[in-house]
Amino acid sequence: MTGTIDITLKVWRQKDAASAGGFETYEAKGVSTEMSFLEMLDVVNEDLQKKGRDPIAFDHDCREGICGMCSLVIDGRAHGPDGGQTTCQLHMRRYKNNDVITVEPFRAKAFPLVRDLVVDRCSFDSIMQAGGYVSVSTGQAPDASVLLIPKHKADSAMDAAACIGCGACVAACPNASAMLFVAAKVSQLAQLPQGGPERERRVLNMMAAHDEAGFGACSNEYECEAVCPKDISVSHIARLNREYLRALALGPGEHQAASGAG
Amino acid sequence: MTLDAKIPSGPIEKKWDKHRFDLKLVNPANKRKYDVLVVGTGLAGASAAASLAELGYNVTALCIQDSPRRAHSIAAQGGINAAKNYPNDGDSVWRLFYDTVKGGDYRAREANVYRLAQVSVNIIDQCVAQGVPFARDYGGYLDNRSFGGAQVSRTFYARGQTGQQLLLGAYGALSRQVEKGKVRLLARREMLDLVVVNGKARGVIARNLVDGKIERYAAHAVLLCTGGYGNVFFLSTNAANSNVTATWRAHRRGAYFANPCYTQIHPTCIPVAGENQSKLTLMSESLRNDGRVWVPKKKGDTRAPNDIPDAERDYYLERRYPSFGNLVPRDVASRAAKKACDEGFGVGPTKLAVYLDFRDALKRVGAETIKEKYGNLLDMYHHITNEDPYKVPMRIYPAVHYTMGGLWVDYNLMSTVPGLFVLGEANFSDHGANRLGASALMQGLADGYFVIPSTLGGYLAAGGIEAVGTDAAEFSEAEAAVNARVSKLLAVKGKRTTLEFHRDLGRLVWDHCGMGRTEAGLKKLLTAIPELRERFYKEVCVLGGGMEFNQALERAGRVADYLEFAELLALDALERRESCGGHFREEYQTPENEARRDDENFAHVAAWEFKGDGKAPARHVEPLSFENVHLTQRSYK
Ligand SMILES: Cc1cc2nc3c(=O)[nH]c(=O)nc-3n(C[C@H](O)[C@H](O)[C@H](O)COP(=O)(O)OP(=O)(O)OC[C@H]3O[C@@H](n4cnc5c(N)ncnc54)[C@H](O)[C@@H]3O)c2cc1C
Ligand code: FES
Repeated sequence: MTGTIDITLKVWRQKDAASAGGFETYEAKGVSTEMSFLEMLDVVNEDLQKKGRDPIAFDHDCREGICGMCSLVIDGRAHGPDGGQTTCQLHMRRYKNNDVITVEPFRAKAFPLVRDLVVDRCSFDSIMQAGGYVSVSTGQAPDASVLLIPKHKADSAMDAAACIGCGACVAACPNASAMLFVAAKVSQLAQLPQGGPERERRVLNMMAAHDEAGFGACSNEYECEAVCPKDISVSHIARLNREYLRALALGPGEHQAASGAG
Repeated sequence: MTLDAKIPSGPIEKKWDKHRFDLKLVNPANKRKYDVLVVGTGLAGASAAASLAELGYNVTALCIQDSPRRAHSIAAQGGINAAKNYPNDGDSVWRLFYDTVKGGDYRAREANVYRLAQVSVNIIDQCVAQGVPFARDYGGYLDNRSFGGAQVSRTFYARGQTGQQLLLGAYGALSRQVEKGKVRLLARREMLDLVVVNGKARGVIARNLVDGKIERYAAHAVLLCTGGYGNVFFLSTNAANSNVTATWRAHRRGAYFANPCYTQIHPTCIPVAGENQSKLTLMSESLRNDGRVWVPKKKGDTRAPNDIPDAERDYYLERRYPSFGNLVPRDVASRAAKKACDEGFGVGPTKLAVYLDFRDALKRVGAETIKEKYGNLLDMYHHITNEDPYKVPMRIYPAVHYTMGGLWVDYNLMSTVPGLFVLGEANFSDHGANRLGASALMQGLADGYFVIPSTLGGYLAAGGIEAVGTDAAEFSEAEAAVNARVSKLLAVKGKRTTLEFHRDLGRLVWDHCGMGRTEAGLKKLLTAIPELRERFYKEVCVLGGGMEFNQALERAGRVADYLEFAELLALDALERRESCGGHFREEYQTPENEARRDDENFAHVAAWEFKGDGKAPARHVEPLSFENVHLTQRSYK
C-alpha cells in the first residue's frame, strides 16, 4: 500500500499581481504515497529553501476540507482529479511513479492573484455583505423551539449551507461565474422560514453584487458542480433562478428602498 | 499587583443580572464615538464584532485569512452545548454549570461558568434565528446528542459541521454590519504587537500579509479573539495559521498568562502516519455516542480487527468506567488510550492506536442512520486513511486539540492591561483544567454575543480614556520593535528551515509536556527550549524580503514566539505540582492512575507576569473558592 514515487511538477510562479508569471518545473523524488498533496508541496518547499530558492506560495489553513482556504488547479481541474474534495484532501496515493502534474492558481477576474498560487477571494465577501444573512441582531431572537422546520427542509437547507466558499466553482466555470456560490446561500435561506422576510431583496442584492464584482453569467456548463468539494448540486442554481425571477416580479419590498444599498 | 477577578457579590444565580445592572451604560448616541479593534474572526471575534457594531460602536476587525469566514472555528465538528433541556432528561443551567466545573477538575471560576451556562440557552436561540440549519427530527424540533462528561443530551449540532454553520451565522451578522459601514474589515492582516499608552491598551501593530507593510491601528479598546496555542506542539488538530503571537505579544506588554500548562489532548484523532505529516485530523467526540473503543486482550495481536471475537476484545472504557462508558471526559479517555498502547495493546502499523468500532451501532440502527449522523466524518476518515469505517473499525489516537490556558481575564473578560479584552479560546476563563466537548463553541459565542456587549460598555463608560492617535510615541516604538523582529529573522540567513525548528520544538514539548509530565522531563525541557531558540536565531533560513507576500516570514515569526512561549508552558507545568484534568503529572496519581489533585495547595489559577527577556517570569495566584460545587475526586465510574 505505502510506497514512494517520483513526480515532476510544473508550477505557476508569479511574484505578485504586477509581475509576469510562468511555469517552473520541479522534480520531487521519493514522495511517500501516504502524504497529502499539500504535504508533498511542503516537502518541495523545504527542498527549494535549502537550495536558497523562494518557496512556492499557496493558501491553506485547516487542511481538512472545511475552511475553503486551499485552492489550486491541478492538471487543469480545480481541487484536483477526483471532485467532491478539496486540494488539501487529495493524497499522493492517487498518483503513479513518473507522473507529471501541473499546478496553477484559481484564475478569474474577480480573484486577483497575490503570489504564485495564492489568489484573493474577497469578492465573495462582498456578495455575502449584500445580503447573505438573516437581519437579526443579537438579543432579538425568540426561543429556538418556537420555530418548527420540517426535517427534509432543514436537511436540504444544510446541503446548500455546506458551501465552504473556496471558489472552485468560479475557477472551473468557462465564464468565471459564481452562481453556484450565490445559489448555495440563497437556496439555504429561501428554504428556511427565517429567510422569508428578506427573500426578495436578498436575491436581488446578492445577484447585483455578483455582477458588480466581475463574475460572469451562468450558461449551464455544470463544471461547477463537478468540482465542488461539497457536492453542491446545480439544482440550487435552478432555485436561485426561480427566486430571482420571483423577486423581479414581486419587487424587492420596501426594505431595500429604506436602507439604500443594503 | 493583586489579581482582582471582579466577581460580583450575591448568590451565583443573580450575579450576572446584578452585574449588568451595576455596570455603567454608554449612551446610544455616544457609542459611535468609540473605536473598537477586534483581532481574529473565529466564533468569538465574529460574534463580538457583529454585536458591538449592532450596538453602534465603530469596529475594525482583522483576520489572517482572505475572508473572516475561514477562521479556525470553521473546523469544529461535533456540536455546541446548551442547557435547553429539550429532551426532558433532567438538564438545567445548574447541571451544565456543575458538569463544567467538575469536568474542568475544579480549576475554573464558578461565577464565570455559571454565567456561561445561563447564556448558553440564548446562543441557540440566536443561531436558529440567523438560519443556522441545526439537525431536526421529523416533528421539526431541534435534535440533540450526547458528549463526554455529561449524562444528558444537550449538544446541538449541524451534521459534523457545527462550527462551520455557527461561524457562517456569525459571519453573516458581521457581513451585515460591514454593509452598514459599522465594521471595517481588514483581511490578510496579522497582529504583531499590542500598543499600550498610559497603561491602557490603545491599539495594535499589524502586518499586511499581501504587501508586507507594517500598519498602525488605534482604538479605545482592543479585543483579542485569536484562539489557542495548540500548534506549539507542531502536530495538532488546529489550523496551520492558528498561533500564539497575538496573546504572547500582549503578554510581553503586560497581560498575565494564566495556566498555560492546561492543554487538551483529544482522544479521538487519526493516528500519525508519516514523517512529513503536517497536521492531525480530529474525529469528533460525538462518534463516541455510537462507536465503541477497544483493544485486543492479547498484547501484540496482529489479527485483522474483524477477526477478533468479542470475547478477546477489551472494551476498556466500558470496563473501567461503567456509568460513563465510552463517554468519559477527554482527559480520562486520552490517558486510557495511552495506557493501553504503553502496555503493548496498541494496534495498527505504529501500535500507537486503538479501535473505535461502529459494528454494533451499524447492526442496531443501520448504515443510513449512522451516515446521517456522522457521514462527513466517516468520509473524511476514509479519504485520509483509505480505509472504510463502515467495514473496518477506525483507528484512533489522542492528539493535541485545545488549550484551556490563555490570557488571564477578570469577570468582565478584561486582562491585566486595562482596555485589553480577551475572548474565546484565547482567554483562560471557563474550562479549568479540562474542557468538556461542545463547550468551546458555547464559550466563544457566549463571550462574543452576550458578555462583551455588556462589559465593554462598563469599561468605556467609566471614562478616563483620552484621545490617542497612531502618531503617539508608543505606536512608533511598537512599530520599530516589529520591524526589528522582522529584520532579525531575515538577517540570520541560516540553513535550517522554520518547519524543521517547529517540528523539533513540537517533539520536545510533546515528549515532555504532553499526556504525561514529570519533574525530570520538564526540567529537561526547560533547558532544551532555550538551546533550540538560540540555534533558531543562528541557523534559521528565511528567504525573501519583508515588503512582500512571504509565508516563510510569517511562519518564522510565529515559531519564534512559540520558542519563547513554550518555556512558560513548561515552567507552569513544573510549578503545578499536582495532576488535574489535562495536566497529568505522573508523580501525582491515584492507585487507579487517575489525576490526583492537591486542593490544599493548588486550588488556584496561576497567572504569569512577564519580567523581561532573560528574566524569570513572576507567578501570581488567584485563589479559587468553591461555594456551590463541592470538591471531590472526579469519578466517572
Ligand atoms: C478540529 C476541531 C474540532 C472542534 N470541534 C469542536 C466542537 O465540536 N465543539 C466545540 O465546542 N469545540 C470544538 N472545537 C474547539 C473550537 O473549535 C475552538 O476552541 C473555537 O472555535 C475557538 O474559537 P475562537 O473564536 O476563540 O478562536 P478561533 O476560531 O481559533 O479564531 C481565532 C482566529 O484568529 C486568527 N489569528 C490568530 N492570531 C492572529 C493574529 N496575530 N492576527 C490576526 N488574526 C489572528 C486565527 O487564524 C484564527 O482564525 C474543535 C476544534 C478543532 C480544532
Ligand atoms: S486547507 Fe482548509 S479546505 Fe483545504
